[in-house]
Amino acid sequence: MTSQNQDVIEAIKSFVLKEFLPGEDPSALEETTPLITTGILDSIATLKLVVFLEERFGIQLEAHEAGVEHLNTIADMVTLVAGKRAQGGS
Amino acid sequence: MSGSAPLFAGLEASWRREPGRVAIEESDGTAITYDALHDLADRARDHLRVLGVGPGDHVGLCMTKSIDAVAAMFGIMKAGAAYVPCDPNAPPARNAFILSDCAVRLAFVEEKFTAGVTKELAALGASVPLVAIGAVGGGAALRGALDARPAAPAAQDATPSPDDLAYILCTSGSTGRPKGVMLTHRNAVSFVDWCLETFRPVPDDRFSSHAPFHFDLSILDIYVPLHEGATLVLVDHELGKDPAALAEFIARKRISVWYSAPSILSLMAEMGGLTGRSYPDLRHVLFAGEVFPIRHLRSLREQWPAPRFFNLYGPTETNVCTFHEIPMTIPKERADPYPIGKTCSHLKDRVVDLDGAEAKDGSGELCISGPAVTPGYWNREEQNARAYLPTTDGIKWYRTGDIVARDGNGDYVFHGRRDRMVKKRGYRVELGEIEACLYTHPRLRQAAVVAIESDAGLTVKAFVCSHDGQRVSIIDLKRHCSEKLPLYMIPDVFAFTDALPTTSTGKVDYEKLKKLA
Repeated sequence: MTSQNQDVIEAIKSFVLKEFLPGEDPSALEETTPLITTGILDSIATLKLVVFLEERFGIQLEAHEAGVEHLNTIADMVTLVAGKRAQGGS
Repeated sequence: MSGSAPLFAGLEASWRREPGRVAIEESDGTAITYDALHDLADRARDHLRVLGVGPGDHVGLCMTKSIDAVAAMFGIMKAGAAYVPCDPNAPPARNAFILSDCAVRLAFVEEKFTAGVTKELAALGASVPLVAIGAVGGGAALRGALDARPAAPAAQDATPSPDDLAYILCTSGSTGRPKGVMLTHRNAVSFVDWCLETFRPVPDDRFSSHAPFHFDLSILDIYVPLHEGATLVLVDHELGKDPAALAEFIARKRISVWYSAPSILSLMAEMGGLTGRSYPDLRHVLFAGEVFPIRHLRSLREQWPAPRFFNLYGPTETNVCTFHEIPMTIPKERADPYPIGKTCSHLKDRVVDLDGAEAKDGSGELCISGPAVTPGYWNREEQNARAYLPTTDGIKWYRTGDIVARDGNGDYVFHGRRDRMVKKRGYRVELGEIEACLYTHPRLRQAAVVAIESDAGLTVKAFVCSHDGQRVSIIDLKRHCSEKLPLYMIPDVFAFTDALPTTSTGKVDYEKLKKLA
């Protein structure tokens, strides 16, 4: 895991905890915790998350990437962000 | 359709008239003609007959929404049986329960779901033969599964009586178990006929299919266009949740009749970017399943000024039983939701008080009778006894459980549920079923669930007490629920409390909890 990925993990984790899991023990949110299939992220929360990922990491997500396949866990999101950044050459 | 025709007769008629027209199109553009759909349904029928399926049987369906699934439904009915559609995205334990409880003779299950369903059926000690279907799409997977079987001789279509079952739709049950609403050919055909008369579909129409097939909105979606030789356009599950992509889809696919729960229309109105596109083909926007918050409805009306909007109301037990057309302009000062309207022409209504007597002031529980009313729940004698008004004239008056009153125009206005059933994203949710699930969590001592209606929609809130008085991880609680309940039943919010408030009789005081919420 690169330090860049570690930064991405921490940024997403703190966003999810602050926005959607206030009061939660941060250690309970793991990189593999399912978020959409457990209802932690509903459709509006998922849209907010997409906006966050795009703005925070300067990427553009396609409609088919904004669903459970790419956003269910923090690990999925890190893979998505890393892939997008590699495409963008940054 | 003639009142005595089976539900599949519409497809037969369209196939004879114009076999080369497109019957169904999937989201990615894969399409099937009436001729090919008819042939695939007939082949499914023939194999079902060889497998011993016939009149009076039930056949399960656990497949992603697809041409394959629609062809299987028609095949099942043509074999004389009733189809029992499951939600493929629901936990396998729930689907196994439904298949076992509805006593299906066999089930068509998409391969990716067979392992989960098989394991859970075994856990129930149930034995249901599964016909595995590959990854569905375009009808090819169903065709492939049939090709892989020994050849089946061509059979005749069954000739079900109007009182034979066409399908069973499972809804949330108060005992914590889903229950199957039985719908006959007469029930479905009388509803489809009302739709034909009211919405006047034409062969050039392109109907959306946004609702999943285990949901009663799918009956209008599937059987109305296919009766008329029109085209049904399937909206896949992921696309169906994305407001901007859906707006683009409706424009690009030239949808002319849209039908869904209001929640996705609200999202489209707020975040769909609707005004950036034109929708010259869109002529009807139908919605049902829950109250459409007026703020979002007004916004949608302003962005889509041309189509006619209809608010349809009705439980699965009757399908749509009242309807109301929304005016072209919604006044700025209007704060109340629109009425559920007047009773459909094929049904009759009456309003009773809590004792079942005619309501004196016109406000009370709406009851419905007529050809679309279900004969009852499968294998639920106790609930069947409570579902209808006790009458002596032999007429079945279904008790909707919804409290209504009439406004100045004689339209019914919805005033809430009699019991604790609520509608979330168009689905019926029995709050007791969520509580039953929470009570199975090892760290919880008590749980009570309330639903709070606000301008933003419905929020389901769970009050929970743990054994040790400590807070339990929300992630842990949501994960627990997700293993037993469909997504829409997972509580939105959890609150921790030392003890639940009780009434003088020792029952959970839900009114107090609602105030706390």
